[in-house]
Amino acid sequence: MGIDSLIGGTIWDAYSQKVQNLMNNPRNMGEITEEQAKAMGAKLIVADFGAESCGDAVRLYWAVDPKTDKILDAKFKSFGCGTAIASSDTMVELCKGKTVDEAVKITNIDVERAMRDDPDTPAVPPQKMHCSVLAYDVIKKAAAQYKGIDMESFEDDIIVCECARVSLSTLREVIRLNDLTTVEQITDYTKAGAFCKSCIKPGGHEEKDIYLVDLLEEYQKEKMAKNANSMATGGAVAFADMTVVQKLKAVDRVIDDNVRQMLIMDGGDMEILDIKENGSHIDIYIRYLGACSGCASANTGTLFAIEGILREKLDENIRVIPV
Amino acid sequence: MRVYLDNNATTIVDPHVFQEMEPFFVQKYGNPNSLHSFASETHQPLKDAMERIYAGINAPREDSVVVTSCATESNNWVLKSIYFQYILTGRKNHIIVSEVEHPSVMATAKFIESQGCRVTYLPINHEGLIDAQSVRDNITDKTALVSVMMANNETGGIFPVQEIGEICKEYNVPFHTDAVQAVGKIPVNVQSFNVDYLTFSAHKFHGPKGVGGLYIKKGRELIPLLHGGSQMGGLRSGTLNVAGIVGMGKAMEQAIDALDYEMIDVRAMRDNFEDELLKIEDTFVVTPRDKRTPNTILISFRGIEGEAMLWDLNCAGIAASTGSACASEDLESNPVMEAIGADADLAHTAIRFSLSRYTTQEELDYTLEVVKKAVKRLREISSSYAYTPNR
Repeated sequence: MGIDSLIGGTIWDAYSQKVQNLMNNPRNMGEITEEQAKAMGAKLIVADFGAESCGDAVRLYWAVDPKTDKILDAKFKSFGCGTAIASSDTMVELCKGKTVDEAVKITNIDVERAMRDDPDTPAVPPQKMHCSVLAYDVIKKAAAQYKGIDMESFEDDIIVCECARVSLSTLREVIRLNDLTTVEQITDYTKAGAFCKSCIKPGGHEEKDIYLVDLLEEYQKEKMAKNANSMATGGAVAFADMTVVQKLKAVDRVIDDNVRQMLIMDGGDMEILDIKENGSHIDIYIRYLGACSGCASANTGTLFAIEGILREKLDENIRVIPV
Repeated sequence: MRVYLDNNATTIVDPHVFQEMEPFFVQKYGNPNSLHSFASETHQPLKDAMERIYAGINAPREDSVVVTSCATESNNWVLKSIYFQYILTGRKNHIIVSEVEHPSVMATAKFIESQGCRVTYLPINHEGLIDAQSVRDNITDKTALVSVMMANNETGGIFPVQEIGEICKEYNVPFHTDAVQAVGKIPVNVQSFNVDYLTFSAHKFHGPKGVGGLYIKKGRELIPLLHGGSQMGGLRSGTLNVAGIVGMGKAMEQAIDALDYEMIDVRAMRDNFEDELLKIEDTFVVTPRDKRTPNTILISFRGIEGEAMLWDLNCAGIAASTGSACASEDLESNPVMEAIGADADLAHTAIRFSLSRYTTQEELDYTLEVVKKAVKRLREISSSYAYTPNR
């Protein structure tokens, strides 16, 4: 938060002058007909991307010289908001005169940069980055059509965040190297998830094959498997044989890795008060904090879950007792 | 020319309202809870304002109409208090809301759902309305609250609160209605139907922002959301917003006086404007006119994304609104359009025009011309609208 986020402005205030002008007067709006293409001695390509029901759709027309692969003329039509119109128009402008192979290299970031008034101020607010992605995707579609190949073959890597163009392999590497545990951290490191937010978790503007939360979970699982491995093979002391301090630390670690995040997400937390041996049982006394204290499931579902995890990770004979 | 057709978002403050509020900033600025004359000179105006507010919704004197800071506070208060009183204590485990409530009900319902309460979200039908029967189908002896708005902000659709109130009475379940979009547009009378809590907000009926209200029926008292100096009979602490209360009182009185004008003249202007809009090809209105507040039109222009339309209108000085995709920060399509589910291609094309008693025929004539131009321009750009220039 902070002063800049407390009074939200209208997103329109964040549009560059260029974007506004293009919204009002797009230069390349229209169609290219079969006859027009023929007259240029060109092959006509018409590519559609997006869907009206999703709120964004664009159609790209290319007249391509079959001998040189050069895009002789380009036009667009768009169902979308003003920034979708401006992005489409800019994308078309960037295509003109390029070869198909050159055009495929145009990214949504190029489109966005071309609409900036000054180099350091984004042309559109974060929620609108998505519009320039559509403009980028339709180029690939058109190029694939021209070459008679599959659209996916232009990507050597899966792009998880389209707005910031962050690939799956980059994300996996950054998460692992920096031991990231939250989406906010991923965004800080890679900018993924900073814009339209569709890639964070299911339910956003676009459906994805893999989301940032999946990658975090995948890494956590990987880490846990490694831990379990080292515990089993590294000659670690059995839980029952640990000193009280070691036991507390071990319990704390398991709670941190498996439980705390869930509780915090629901507005609560817990602390470990004491560990006592009680006959064949090891009793762990805990206290719920925040929303957890008084939560209906604190003495049922949540408790069983915590106990289950501790038994699985540390010792069969653990009992968890909320105080 | 600047034209304001976004009166479901907020309204101009009536000059008479502003005039009544003015003395309470520089001259009569006392805290009503003090003992001296600076305090006491505010008491009569406050009492008069409360009388006007009570009269405006026909609240019996033994019931409470608590002045709050806004409708969001009123709605939060009802749901959270019900959570504390019934859900947290384990007496009940369920509440019912409609799926098109204002975010201040919806987000609060989601929050208490996250705390373990079961929440039923009643669907709207093809007309964008709630069927009272769906309340009967979902209510149980474990239901702690039913909250269904009186009129919808997007469509203006009037929901069957009379019948829902009856069902709640039968099951002895408290009934809350968010009447923010109803006060000043249709009669709101808490004695004409069974209702326990009713929310309203001054700035939707030409009063000031920052002041709203919650009607609470006797015997259905809530736990305070704001604890402190025991203002408002201890129900809602916080130094009284003297100017705001005085302003809301006057605004309520004016709104009641103008109700006939709103229901006859504004409606006639709205109907006429809507007829003209519907003459444009491929336009759609969902909720039937006689089931709507008299000032609201939610209309879809096929092939035109809502924000693009708003942009063109704004360039011509016209303020309207859309809940659809790009205009809202969270990039969601209009929830009402989505819930109706009739035609997915229309989900992002809805524009809301909301009139008030300040709207003039001249403004609507101008708007119609601008809309026609915008429709032509944007359909030429549209990839999903088969535009033929010579049609």
